[in-house]
Amino acid sequence: MAQKKMTLEELRKLREEKRHSVQVRDTEGKTIQVTVGMGTSGIAAGAKETLQTLVAELAKHELTNVRVRQSGGLGLEHAEPTIEVRVPKMPAVIYGRVTPDVVRRIVNHHIIGRELVDEHIYDRPAADILDAGDHPIVNGE
Amino acid sequence: MPYASFCLVCRGTACESSKADTLYDEIKQHVAANGLNDQVQVLRTGCFGFCEQGPIVKVLPDEAFYVQVVPEDAEELVHEHLLKGRPVERLIYREPGVHALGNIDQISFYQKQFRVALRNCGFIDPENIEEYIAREGYVALERVLFEMSADDVIKELEISGLRGRGGGGFPTWKKWKFTKDAQSDQKYIVLNADEGDPGAYMDRSMLEGDPHSMIESMAIAGYTVGADTGYVYVRAEYPLAIKRLRTAIAQAEEYGLLGDNILGSGFSFRIEIRLGAGAFVCGEETALLLSIQGERGMPVQRPPYPAVKGLWGKPTVINNVETMANIPVIIMRGGAWFAKIGTETSKGTKVFALTGNVRNSGLIEVPMGIKLREIVYNIGGGIPGDKKFKAVQSGGPSGGMISYENLDTEIDYETLTALGSMMGSGGLIVMDEDNSMVDVARFYLDFTVDESCGKCVPCRVGGRQILHLLEKISKGEGTMEDIQRIEEIGKTMKETSLCGLGKTAPNPALSALRYFRDEFHEKIPAEVREDAV
Ligand SMILES: Cc1cc2nc3c(=O)[nH]c(=O)nc-3n(C[C@H](O)[C@H](O)[C@H](O)COP(=O)(O)O)c2cc1C
Repeated sequence: MAQKKMTLEELRKLREEKRHSVQVRDTEGKTIQVTVGMGTSGIAAGAKETLQTLVAELAKHELTNVRVRQSGGLGLEHAEPTIEVRVPKMPAVIYGRVTPDVVRRIVNHHIIGRELVDEHIYDRPAADILDAGDHPIVNGE
Repeated sequence: MPYASFCLVCRGTACESSKADTLYDEIKQHVAANGLNDQVQVLRTGCFGFCEQGPIVKVLPDEAFYVQVVPEDAEELVHEHLLKGRPVERLIYREPGVHALGNIDQISFYQKQFRVALRNCGFIDPENIEEYIAREGYVALERVLFEMSADDVIKELEISGLRGRGGGGFPTWKKWKFTKDAQSDQKYIVLNADEGDPGAYMDRSMLEGDPHSMIESMAIAGYTVGADTGYVYVRAEYPLAIKRLRTAIAQAEEYGLLGDNILGSGFSFRIEIRLGAGAFVCGEETALLLSIQGERGMPVQRPPYPAVKGLWGKPTVINNVETMANIPVIIMRGGAWFAKIGTETSKGTKVFALTGNVRNSGLIEVPMGIKLREIVYNIGGGIPGDKKFKAVQSGGPSGGMISYENLDTEIDYETLTALGSMMGSGGLIVMDEDNSMVDVARFYLDFTVDESCGKCVPCRVGGRQILHLLEKISKGEGTMEDIQRIEEIGKTMKETSLCGLGKTAPNPALSALRYFRDEFHEKIPAEVREDAV
């Protein structure tokens, strides 16, 4: 807090800079969910870096409608680090071997561009499961 | 580097007294020890409201709602949840049909609530101005200083229908307009944070959880009426609130949101804190102003009202903490938005401290017009031990009882007054079949007799007489005339007392008589009872 008396512009700039850091806490209006597999083996495979990069990338693009969650292993230990991405009206997808570089691509192509990042998909539920409509996040919007 | 997880530890006074401070330190330590410092932000926030279940820890964005967490749980919580992503099931709050993981909004305590005044409590770190700024803090001040005239602000308040939350329910816009229109070289803004009702802690929680909203609102009021100085009058018994206010004022000065030429607008405003010694009567506005002036806190005749002749004889706006907490939202979202909430005559929400014989006690904020039944049974979870509901005491020592037949009343200023109670500042005490209404009335009269300043006769003598009669009846020595005398003295006190304290002091006794007269009769020995009827 090295601030000295702010001008109106400085206050607005500060608010813009900080807004995201508070908004990510909010759970309202979050329609997209990304879950990072943070089991012991996932962490060993680098899930922490994946998570950090994910959060940084979301902040960079000011994507406040994305809810980031952590869970235990997602069941695809051979392909860790893994993340699951659920975007409304798109199939829920589990990506594997998600290095920081891959996570950036997922944010840019899947979450922003609404296009799957094919070469890293390790699990995709069948269309009928997807339709079951049991997931409020998927049905949300 | 932005954080991925947030661990919010409630640090209201209630949680603090059950070791939330040690808990916070422990969590911090374990987060550091597990190398999570750059991923998990541990925050001290204001009260979450659900004090019954404290200390409470919320992990976001996972929405894990942990209750009754003790310092010894910190290691497991950090290692399991924050490191490994496995929520600690045994600490997750549960109630029938709800398992509070990923669905905090389904907890019945929060379901019917709507947070306007408490919007930031339990969500931001009250000791960090940047958290407040990030959550639209000082946007309203910005707008007022650069885009609105004083009349625009008053107009917006008028449209909103906001009325004072300190008890009286006076329209806020009128008060501000009187002071704005008054001609004077000096005007003042005073924040009434005295909160003396037994059982009430709404204002304390707002000061502790969101002090910057007070600073912002006082500055807005200053700009609107043409005042450059504000005083916060807060009781010395609220040390945490005072500390957070001090921190907030210092930060606002440092950032140029208080002081000279705020944000280059040409408007200057400063705020000072004045500590009260905890006398109930000093919450009454004229007594409060004298107390700030360093004189003995005794009410004086109104008019003139403080809006015209207040602190050191200068026009003064005096508002309650909760009233002020609504101001930035009204400016940001518009008076029309606010006016959509509530009833015809009472707009917006009300914060209540729900206590007594109810399962979920705590701090709640509900839209005006909610039914008392919803508060007691949905939010409050009903009466413990499946006892029968008897009454709710609203409005503290100035209010009265609301009985079972009136549970479906939609509560607002007018309906409560019609029932012989009052909104007051917002204490709600639930009583079950085991509570004696004679004793409840006696408790409140004991309080007001103690707190009467003694200046006017009806209050000084009348209160003591009613108390004496209640004690007599309670001991089984009363007569039917005693009951009548309580009503007569009560009526006189209401009509002739100098200030609100004496005018309302008989209310608990009168309303107990109105709804539970039988209980008084039962206490009167049979031989005397027959004589008199
Ligand atoms: C005995 C007595 C005690 C009072 N105590 C308080 C109090 O603790 N806090 C408060 O805000 N108003 C209290 N009031 C009401 C104030 O006199 C005044 O109406 C209020 O501060 C105005 O603010 P508002 O218009 O925002 O409600 C009390 C009134 C009386 C008669």
